[in-house]
Amino acid sequence: MSQDVVFEAREVSVQFPGTLALDRVTFRLRRGKVSALIGENGAGKSTLVKLLAGIVQPTLGTLLLDGMKILMRSVRDADAHGIGLIHQELNLCPNLSVAENIYLARELTVHGVLDKRQQEDRTRELLERLEHPIDPGRLVGDLPLGQQQIVEIAKALARDVRILMMDEPTSALSAAEISVLFRLIRDLKSRGVAIVYISHRIEELLQIADTVSILRDGRMVGEAAAGDVDTRWVVEQMTGRPVSAAEPAGHAASGPERLRVEALTLTAENGRPLLRDISLSLRTGEVVGIYGLMGAGRTELLECLMGLHPEVVGSVFMDSKRLDSLDTSRRIASGLAMVPENRQASGLVQSLSVVANMTVSSLGRFANGVWLLRASEEAAAARMVSDLRIKAPGLQHNIGSLSGGNQQKVVLAKCLLTQPRVLLLDEPTRGVDVGAKREIHALVKRLAASGMGIILVSSELEEVRAIATRIVVLSRGAVTAEFDAAEASDDALALAASAGPEALGETA
Amino acid sequence: MIPASDKEGKAPAPAAQRTRRLSVGAQLYRLRALIVLFALVTGFAMMSPAFLTTGNLTILVKHVAINAILAVGMTFVILSGGIDLSVGSVAGLAGIIAGGLIHGGLVLHSLGVVVYFHTWVVVVLALVAGALVGATNGALISQLRVAPFIATLGTLYMARGAALLISNGATFPDLAGRAELGNTGFLSLGSGNLLGLPVPIWLMLAFAAAGAFVAERTPFGRRVYAVGGNQRAAELSGVRVKRIQFAVYVISGVCAAMVGLIIAAQLAAAHPSTGETFELNAIAAVVLGGTSLMGGRGSVGGTIIGAFVIGVLADGLILMGVSEFWQIVIKGLVIVIAVILDQMQQRYMRRAAALRS
Repeated sequence: MSQDVVFEAREVSVQFPGTLALDRVTFRLRRGKVSALIGENGAGKSTLVKLLAGIVQPTLGTLLLDGMKILMRSVRDADAHGIGLIHQELNLCPNLSVAENIYLARELTVHGVLDKRQQEDRTRELLERLEHPIDPGRLVGDLPLGQQQIVEIAKALARDVRILMMDEPTSALSAAEISVLFRLIRDLKSRGVAIVYISHRIEELLQIADTVSILRDGRMVGEAAAGDVDTRWVVEQMTGRPVSAAEPAGHAASGPERLRVEALTLTAENGRPLLRDISLSLRTGEVVGIYGLMGAGRTELLECLMGLHPEVVGSVFMDSKRLDSLDTSRRIASGLAMVPENRQASGLVQSLSVVANMTVSSLGRFANGVWLLRASEEAAAARMVSDLRIKAPGLQHNIGSLSGGNQQKVVLAKCLLTQPRVLLLDEPTRGVDVGAKREIHALVKRLAASGMGIILVSSELEEVRAIATRIVVLSRGAVTAEFDAAEASDDALALAASAGPEALGETA
Repeated sequence: MIPASDKEGKAPAPAAQRTRRLSVGAQLYRLRALIVLFALVTGFAMMSPAFLTTGNLTILVKHVAINAILAVGMTFVILSGGIDLSVGSVAGLAGIIAGGLIHGGLVLHSLGVVVYFHTWVVVVLALVAGALVGATNGALISQLRVAPFIATLGTLYMARGAALLISNGATFPDLAGRAELGNTGFLSLGSGNLLGLPVPIWLMLAFAAAGAFVAERTPFGRRVYAVGGNQRAAELSGVRVKRIQFAVYVISGVCAAMVGLIIAAQLAAAHPSTGETFELNAIAAVVLGGTSLMGGRGSVGGTIIGAFVIGVLADGLILMGVSEFWQIVIKGLVIVIAVILDQMQQRYMRRAAALRS
């Protein structure tokens, strides 16, 4: 048994400023075996993989390759040891061809001159093995996302790896593409490659893995042979609590219907469904929580409501008024507002002041024809600062001088100044400190009590349970369950969120 | 399981079709600047009988050579996602160093002697000086993470100041050299002939060929494109991004120094203000040649065509007697229009690619 261990992280710890990402974790990889790595967001999976791939260095502990202690300072070192990583986010050069990407930094040459033909021939063979005859000469930037993922996989395979790590390789793949990938993994196994497989989709993991390792809060909390465990056991280990049965239940909210979503369907460029036939209803004074894993379609759903995907099929009604043909600014005028997932990139203008960020969506209210009424603008902003208890050195200070929690409150204030009737919140407390988080939760409840309809997207179970009155679970773009918040258990939610294609009646 | 017949029957055919259609598009894209150049040459030839004469064309190409060599180095920098504003100053500095060494030698006060170098040594020293300024740019940008625009703006001033300090603001005249000192022959770099072609034109051909070869056919060139296209992806693929960034500025510095030498040799004199605003012409040639200022897309061949477009335009407008002020306006217009066309073509190709898949 032990001579099969090709790569081992022994008692490794990784300390990032402010957090201990990995705490004395031991993780072994065996020849020809697939080791699944499971954990909730932030449990340390990606850190562990990056450590094994030479991108992150351990603060404590050792890496042993074939029983020998090794030091890896970079991706190049890992490459030299035959260790490959398929990244979760695509890392390809869009301006280079498929073959050029696959052989980047290890180009095939004859007397120092690129051997383009050989690169393309080998790429062609490799892609045929992957059953994806993509033209090796095509620019990667011209390929749909699913094919780019295939290229990313081919890139790792071209390196003749002995150890291959896959961080969520299927997040952009269709069911048919996943089955090709699984066949390939079995082929690699038979040739003695040790594989680490990370995915949020537990059913998918149990299909392909030999062993299952579970990380929680940076610690390794469970290891087992995949054949001995089921989804329920995995969820219990991940959350640290026993699964209790929960009945999905409907709940009649008090107010009249404010927002209705009918059969929203959104398809990615490569034909992969992002949203499948989603229908929802939101009443005044109601907080509907949308829970789901990464890639489940949560953000896409909110974006469709805001009119950011004009190609979407289906209808959105606000107080019985059809919004489908309206663009984003008209939807804001109709009473919709969204706090986006990525506050830095989509929520704030980094170069502007606190007050300018707050009023940028509602400048019409603070203008008199051409002139900006600075006094009324400042008064409105000052009111928001006191209402939301925003701690800012001054209204005219740059937004960057505020803490993350206070920046998020500014984004909320910006939305509230548009006087919305429906507020869409996408991960409103991500990266926000505990105090500000509690205040934002209280604010959401207060807004709902005042009659606003709120849709809250969150990957944190506790948050959804704490403030939502109703919880809708998404998995792979479809609604897989709906719970009354009072009756939903964490584990029932997690089970619904990891529902695979079988549960959706999809045929591969 | 995908049945084998389905796999073979369906997928390869559209893939082959894609290649063909894409390559037609790609070739048209490459040829666009060339078509403009051809149109300009034809137009001027018809409007001015003096245009297509050997004498005029030789002068034209000699002018083009100066900008083209600068632009070859600039192409590498821009492909990697950077910019090099210092090239004009580096040309001036290299010229002054060469001029000073030939004109007055190297004065070693402590030993009380003046050392004169052989012409070839002078040339190499000037090129090394260019490489050093380039290395400074490269180190500032790759190691100290200074933005390329700022780093090279800084060295633009420093190199110009150094040139003025060396000559004390004066011109080094009479660079013919003296036979007894063994430093003759410098002037042939600018005004010599080889097999019936002026030496600067040979130099341009050599730099262009070497540049195109390195960019298209070597792993280094491919990595320059990768760094410009997606720096993080390149880094995670094992490309030594900092080395690539360092190297492109060294290349640009050497190209700039070569230009300084050619100009000093043509004038038989080195002036410290040589090369002012040359960086703008070089950038214009690169952009006209279809290289994206965002990095990762473009070619040395395109840059050479871009340099010719600028050169032909300037020469032709002079022959036609267009006012100097209008020439400047027209040059600006051509650059803006070229970039707009490029953007349109990019958008069209992206849409076509999306439709195909």
